[in-house]
Amino acid sequence: MTTDNAHQAARDVVLARLRGALGDDPTVPTVPRTYRREGAYAAGSPELVDLLVDRLEDYRATVARTGADDREIGVAVAEALAAQGVRDAIAAPGVPADWLHGIPEHRLDDGSATPRQLDRTGAVVTGSAVAVAETGTIVLDGGPLCGRRAITLVPDTHVVVVRVADVVQTVPEALGRLDPTRPLTFVSGPSATSDIELSRVEGVHGPRTLVVVLAG
Amino acid sequence: MSTFLGMPRGRVPGPPADPAVGQLTGDRPFPAAARSALGNSRLRANLAHATSTIRAKRAAVVEEVPDWEALREAGSAIKAATMARLPELLEQLEANVVARGGQVHWARDAAEANAVVTDLVRTTGADEVVKVKSMATAEIGLNEALEAAGITALETDLAELIVQLAGDKPSHILVPAIHRGRAEIREIFAQRMPGVDTGALTDEPAVLAAAARAHLREAFLRARVAVSGANFAVADTGTLTVVESEGNGRMCLTLPQTLITVMGVEKVVPTWSDLEVFLQLLPRSSTGERMNPYTSTWTGVTPGDGPSEFHLVLLDNGRSRALADEAGRSALHCIRCSACLNVCPVYERTGGHAYGSVYPGPIGAVLTPQLTGLTGGDDPNDSLPYASSLCGACYDVCPVKINIPELLVQLRAEHTEAHAEKHRLPTPEAAAMRAAAWVMRDADRFAAAGRAATVARRGIRKGKPVLPLPPPLNGWTASRDVPAPPAETFRDWWSRTRGARS
Repeated sequence: MTTDNAHQAARDVVLARLRGALGDDPTVPTVPRTYRREGAYAAGSPELVDLLVDRLEDYRATVARTGADDREIGVAVAEALAAQGVRDAIAAPGVPADWLHGIPEHRLDDGSATPRQLDRTGAVVTGSAVAVAETGTIVLDGGPLCGRRAITLVPDTHVVVVRVADVVQTVPEALGRLDPTRPLTFVSGPSATSDIELSRVEGVHGPRTLVVVLAG
Repeated sequence: MSTFLGMPRGRVPGPPADPAVGQLTGDRPFPAAARSALGNSRLRANLAHATSTIRAKRAAVVEEVPDWEALREAGSAIKAATMARLPELLEQLEANVVARGGQVHWARDAAEANAVVTDLVRTTGADEVVKVKSMATAEIGLNEALEAAGITALETDLAELIVQLAGDKPSHILVPAIHRGRAEIREIFAQRMPGVDTGALTDEPAVLAAAARAHLREAFLRARVAVSGANFAVADTGTLTVVESEGNGRMCLTLPQTLITVMGVEKVVPTWSDLEVFLQLLPRSSTGERMNPYTSTWTGVTPGDGPSEFHLVLLDNGRSRALADEAGRSALHCIRCSACLNVCPVYERTGGHAYGSVYPGPIGAVLTPQLTGLTGGDDPNDSLPYASSLCGACYDVCPVKINIPELLVQLRAEHTEAHAEKHRLPTPEAAAMRAAAWVMRDADRFAAAGRAATVARRGIRKGKPVLPLPPPLNGWTASRDVPAPPAETFRDWWSRTRGARS
């Protein structure tokens, strides 16, 4: 095992080398932030919702539009899972019961399911923290609506509910709405790879089916 | 086709540099390695196909961003500001990671980083780790070090898996198996992947990806320890970031109890809002996507969500050496997108193995010799600054505006000086330039030299010398035509036709 002394020595040497490399008074340039830090449209604008749908479908995600009411969301969730032939789902602990009523077998995550148990679970249902229209990105923040990271990773189908009010145009707007100290997952379409001849193929280790229920 | 790249001659292939630095040096100089690579027509076809595909995708998604140049400017300035404050930012990062329940380790070189990671894995009692694709761990040769300690390292990125199963070496920063076509990958899987159904295995990329999913699923479910790299680390929050596509990264970052992240010290960024720049620049430059499928961020440990133990290993391994060069330190701005490889006419023809280092292509040609140092002797990395035609395509696509051609020229100058210093003899170029300067300083000498050159006219036919030139001149003519000197010099023509007036 590395001793505390060896650890301290390595730390001191690396920091001393870096300080020595920089000299006494290195110039720190000012960062020009002339890029767009907010988009032309307000969060939840119809233009942004249309753009998000376009981006998501480009990545082979399935998109369902529904009203803002929890019962309506529940109908859309049930239809999406039925279309996939999936009968059972786990849901993030804060997901409203109305979102799940049409799923034959469902349960809220209490943190006890092991990766192996999750691997035998057909689908996961969660909410989301924010979505970026320009990039087709949905962010999960580990909160009660999104759940711990393992539940949205191991089951092969992920149904994610995105509230229209949470759709922003740009990446900077999304980052501004997030708490960086939470474990965050930015999801843009289903799992994919470009590793064979640099051609994109969907479906590797993460959920191979991503259904986005756009509510509101 | 010739591979002579204008590199000064006079050296023979030498041994790799100090093993403490890891996988940064090949066993022969670039021209020799490139010459063998160019003989492989399969390799050239694979590379031409893959790089042209990704070039078109990148161009399309960059085109649609109205503020792309402003993002590049910001990215470049954030990196420059980071380098100027590097020690302070690393201490801030360390304090924030520790405050959130993580542990931070420091490593002076590859050997020390490998020892730290090996000890950490041993402490858990595990004899297997799952790995997220990471340039830092490839650089230090971690897999080999773990293997030597009896620990199996399973690469889980599809391209890394292909390379590992084939017993091959990575040849590209983003897609280490870019040199393999789908038919070759199918063969590798059929022969080397345990339990694969060879009957059902075709060379369709979707089928090959599904085979990788089935092969690795059990390893993810049983994994107790994961090793990753990091794309970014935010100093003011202690947040680490991994940008990926397949979900293998998420598996490694989420399911095991222990996570060990090895990160070059230059990967730190000052603030959370700096990520808003890089998360736009990186995916479009790298895979040509508006956003990569998955980006994970984590800060220390979060009870009930993900690993309960987190170790961050901060790696120097030559970065402080590169930082000491005020102009050259911009090579440390690299975010490993690989756009410069995909547009490089040299990389497209030779592939990544010819560079010897885990960092190939234009950025590798500047970064590698800066990490290991130019010896002026027979180190193969001394040849890398010459592995370029200086066309500038790499600078145009670099998301953080690293002026790679300028750095290459600077490194060539440094190499020439180091060579002269070491050998106490000028390079053939320097000797030729000195002789030319002596001739040109005096009008009579210049006139005499011009007349002497007309004699050489008979020795050149169709741009090639009639008789082979002696070294080092044959190196020059190997890839260039020699212009035949005219029968009469300009000066003689001038005095013959207007001589009366002069």
